[in-house]
This record gives sequence, structure tokens and C-alpha cells, in this order.
Amino acid sequence: MSPLRPRRAAAAVAPPAPEPADWETPELAPVPRFGHGSRVPGWDEAVDLTKDPAVVPDPATTPVPEELRRTIEAAMARYPDPHSASIPALHAAQGVHGWCSPEAIEQVAAVMRVTPAYLTSVATFYDMLVTRPKGPHDVFVCTNISCSLRGADALYEAMLVAAEEDDDITVRSFECLGACDIAPMASVDGSYVGPLETADAKRIVEDLQAGRAVLEDKQLRRRPSADPGARGE
Amino acid sequence: MKKILFDRIDEPGLNTLAVYERRGGYGALRKALKLTREQVLDELLTSGIRGRGGAGFQMGRKISFLPKGDMDKYLVCNADESEPGTFKDRELMQKSPHMLIEGIIIAAYAGGIDRSFIYIRGEYDYQADILEAAIEEARAAGYIGERILGSEHSLSLVLHRGAGAYICGEETGLLDSLEGKRGNPRLKPPFPAVEGLYDSPTLINNVETLSTVPHIIRMGGDEYAKIGTETSTGTKLVSVSGDVKRPGNYEVELGIPSREIIYGLAGGPFDGRKIKLWFPGGSSAPVLTADDLDVPYDFDSMAKAGSMLGSGAIIVVDDSHTVLEVATKLAKFYAHESCGKCVPCREGTNWTVKMLARIDSGEATPMDLDIMASVQTQIIGNCLCVLGDAMAMPIGSMIEKYRPELEAHIEAARERAGSGALGDVVPLGVADEHAGPMPVH
Repeated sequence: MSPLRPRRAAAAVAPPAPEPADWETPELAPVPRFGHGSRVPGWDEAVDLTKDPAVVPDPATTPVPEELRRTIEAAMARYPDPHSASIPALHAAQGVHGWCSPEAIEQVAAVMRVTPAYLTSVATFYDMLVTRPKGPHDVFVCTNISCSLRGADALYEAMLVAAEEDDDITVRSFECLGACDIAPMASVDGSYVGPLETADAKRIVEDLQAGRAVLEDKQLRRRPSADPGARGE
Repeated sequence: MKKILFDRIDEPGLNTLAVYERRGGYGALRKALKLTREQVLDELLTSGIRGRGGAGFQMGRKISFLPKGDMDKYLVCNADESEPGTFKDRELMQKSPHMLIEGIIIAAYAGGIDRSFIYIRGEYDYQADILEAAIEEARAAGYIGERILGSEHSLSLVLHRGAGAYICGEETGLLDSLEGKRGNPRLKPPFPAVEGLYDSPTLINNVETLSTVPHIIRMGGDEYAKIGTETSTGTKLVSVSGDVKRPGNYEVELGIPSREIIYGLAGGPFDGRKIKLWFPGGSSAPVLTADDLDVPYDFDSMAKAGSMLGSGAIIVVDDSHTVLEVATKLAKFYAHESCGKCVPCREGTNWTVKMLARIDSGEATPMDLDIMASVQTQIIGNCLCVLGDAMAMPIGSMIEKYRPELEAHIEAARERAGSGALGDVVPLGVADEHAGPMPVH
């Protein structure tokens, strides 16, 4: 008898479940356990139970780009415990491969001498490490409380529409980016711009496509302090 | 008021060593190194400075909890500023990175620490680049490294970039993340001062706290303690955001009326709008109403008013927004950021999101508000860290203070959805098999 087959005779409580036509592979109803925004990606993907766990990759058979190896080794040397370098190392690998692909994780694991599973556990925890393919340009639109009070949700919608055609641009709604003074704002490839209007979404896409600095007039780095005392007044 | 942290912070080139030194930078370090460790710690204790990160614990006492003697000890600067509404550390690090570095060196000296880290959130790419350049300059000038300025004090400083997780602002989650793991919080005690980074005693302080240290040494602890109130000394950077005319960072003396910050400095709400509610200390603080605007802005007055100073971030919400909208935003954020280690937080945040959604879809009854309130009280104090509490406190206070508005919302949504008027609903317990409109799960 298949171990998957329900053995419990629950007739007293509920009518017995109908026998599946093919009892070798009974169709189990999907369990809607985690909703959208879960920190457990892939919870509904089947696990291959017959596969052996991945071991620490063999450096001899795992080619790693020389520069990536140097970056990771330099990061490992900065800490008393080299494991501390996992985030910088994955970040560097993401820069080379575009995302934390199985291949990227394999390469980091080979240099750091850890299992791919360990690095996957780290990569899936952090929002900025991405375990799905993405475009080279990132637009993070802050949709947290301060920005949403000033219209961030409309901005996010506009951003999605503006970047719809361009596969190179990945738009994400992001948690508070720490720039509520320029709400609503976005982080475009790491540089903060705001306060934005919905019309700016199109300009961001145009600037990215043209390869120039994004929204020069709305860069946070040029913004003076709001406190009059900061200017010596 | 004389600015301390924000004194001419917009001066061009302040992020370079040359300008910082011209303004007397690293003078406090020279002064501190001429004193003994105990004398420096004494100055910090006398100053009475409390942590600016959220908990408001006295910094000097934290240092004094570190075990004495020859062992590996670490200092970690918490620059993972991710509390919604807070952006003060960003401006400090971007404009005056050497002030933070000087503070770290002095605090490490007071604690007998020779290794330090700055954990900066990954999103602060620009600020991290600036800090990295500043650390390099400081190292070249001999402020970081072996035998600093010819003294017995040595210190290494490493900048560590995070990768986007709110929970890593929690000190033990930050330590796990710095050790290269998932940023799950740890059980306390042992507190980090006893067993922290790599199981060694660790001092963790916020950017703003550490940036204040050089000024305390320069002015003297006594002089610094004269600013502010008796139990909340000094100045505080306040990040004002939301529905105000001039959002931004303002340095204020602790104890000034909150009204002066919101109306005087930040310009108050937009014309024709009234303040509905405000968060005095980031989105994790219980909300206050327009009646609380005269509460003095310091640690103890805020606690007395039933809220907290937290990270010093004021978020103003005006009457164009509903309480439900604000509550839903918050709950979704905490549900997304919950690391999932403790059940009350993981499930409580998710259930709160679902219950709030029910209100808007017209499936809720006022009883849902009671259930929601009880979920909040059962989260508080039952988890390893305070992330769950950080949702439970504001949501609980919103249910308590804005219950009539939420009930009206429930009623209106039921009408829209055609769920039947509330008078038809039979309360649970009284109900029999005819408890029709109650949704069955």
C-alpha cells in the first residue's frame, strides 16, 4: 500500500474521502497555507525526496570567475568568522549573474566552502537578494506608511505601467526605504529620487533606457537639510 | 537652540576628513585618549544620554555591563535604519560620516573594545560608499588601526552592508545577520553585552547615539546633561513625515512641546486639513490623537501619554485618510517583515491583515474588533523580539481610540457588500443554527 494513501477511517466524523482513480498518485488539494508576501518562497513547489542533499561544491569542478572569487575572498578576510561574508558574497555574485541563480549560489558556495543550502537560506531571507530571474535595472517604489499617505500606491501603479514593455526594468513595491522626507519616492538602481509624481514614472523609464542619471532634479543627494539650524541660521 | 549634531551640517565637503578636522573634528578623540577608560565612561554616564535607536536605554550603563578584562569584545553600530518614518541616520551618515567614526572610536575606548562594525542597511548604497571612503581616510590618518594616536587603544572598523530586512534592525537579528545567517532574533537573556557577536560581549548602539559621543566628550558630560529634561538629556533628531508641509529632519531639545515640532518646524498639516492621528516614535509607537499635541517630546512624557519616543520619527496623518487604511498598511508591513520564528508574531500579523481586509470587504462585525484587539494583546510580550509588539501596539491603540470610526466603517462596508445590517447578526454564544450572516470557516 502506498504510504501516501490516507489510512484513517474517519467515517464517524465525515464521510470517507472518495478513492482516487489512480491510487499511486492521489490528487491532493493545494493547501493555501501562506498568503502573498510570505517569506517562504517555493512553499507550493514539490520537493524531490529521492535527491541527495547538495554537498559543498568541489572547487576543482566548479569554475568561478576570477574577479568574483577575489571579491568573495577579500570579503571573507574582513571578518573573524568567514561565514559573515555570506551577504556581501551573494551580493557580488548577484552583480555578476544578474540574480542569485543556482549557478551563482554554487560558485559562492565553492569559494566559501559552505553548502548551497546554507546560502539559499540566506538568499531567500533578504529582500535585496533575488532568487528569481530579474532585469538589470531595479526600481524600488516605497509603499510604506509615510509614502502611501502622499500617494505612493498610485505612483507604484504608474511605474508598473511605464515599465511594462521593458524587460530590463524590474519594478517592486518596497518597504520603508528611509527617505520619508521626499515621499513618495523610489530607489532607482540604488539612487534615491523624490518627491515623485505619477508623471515621473515615464521619465524614470526614459532615463534608464537612455543610460543617463535618473531624474537629476529630484536626486536626494543634492537636497539640503530641512532644519534651518543646519545652515547656521 | 544651538545645534549639536546638525551644526552647519550642510557645509560642502563635511564628509571629507580635511573639512571635518578644520572644524575641530577628532579633537574629542584626542581629549578622550588623554583620559582613562573609566573617566570617559564617567562622562557618558554623567551625560545621561539614552539610546536613540528605539529602546531609550542609557548608553553609559550599557557600556558598564560589558565584562572587564582581556577578551574579544565587539562594538556594532546599528545603521540598519528601517523603522518606517525614520531617516535621521541617513542624513547624519551622508553628511557627517566622520562624526560617527569618531564616536565609535571613543565608545570602543570606553568599553575596552578593539573590533567594531557598522551594519548599514543595503538600500543605503550612497551613504555606505561615503562611509567607506571616510573609514579609509580615517585609517590613513591613523585614527583607526593599531595604537591610535600613540595611545594603547587599537581598533578595527569594518562596514557591513545588509540586504534588506526590517528585522535586522533588532539587535540580536542584526547580530545573526552579521554572522552571515538569516536575521532571526535570539532569545534574551543572555543580552548582547554578555553574549553577542560570535558569542562575545558586544556593545550595540544606534548611529545617532554614537554620533553624539564626541560632542559629550567635547562639552563634558555635565554640560550636556543641562540640555533637555532631567531624565531625557540632550538633543534629538526628529524625522517628521506624512501629511505636513515641510517634512524632514529637525534637531530639537528633548522636552519641547510636540506641537512646536509638528506646527513650528514642519509647518503643520496642509491648508484645510486637520491632524487626525500621529505616531510620535515611528510606526511601532502607539498612536496619539490631536488632543495629545501638547505632550512634551521626551522619553518619559511620551511613555506617560501611553506611547513612546522610539526612534524619534513623527508620522502625521490628516483627516483625508481613514484609520483602517493606516492600520492595513501597517499590518501588511509587519506581516511581510515577520521572520516567522515565533508563532504569535507570524500568525498574529497575518491574521490581523486578514481581519482588516474583512472589515473593508463588509464581512466583519464589531466583534471582529474585539477579536483583533485580543490578538494584539496576546502578541505583546510573547515573542523573542518586539517586531510583533511593534504591530500590536499601534493597531491596539487604533482600535481603542478610533473604535467609533472603525465601527462606522464596518457598517458602511456591510451595506455596500449587502451583508445585511448589524441588527440582524446574532452574537456568538446566543446563536443557534440560524446564525446566518456569521461567516463559517
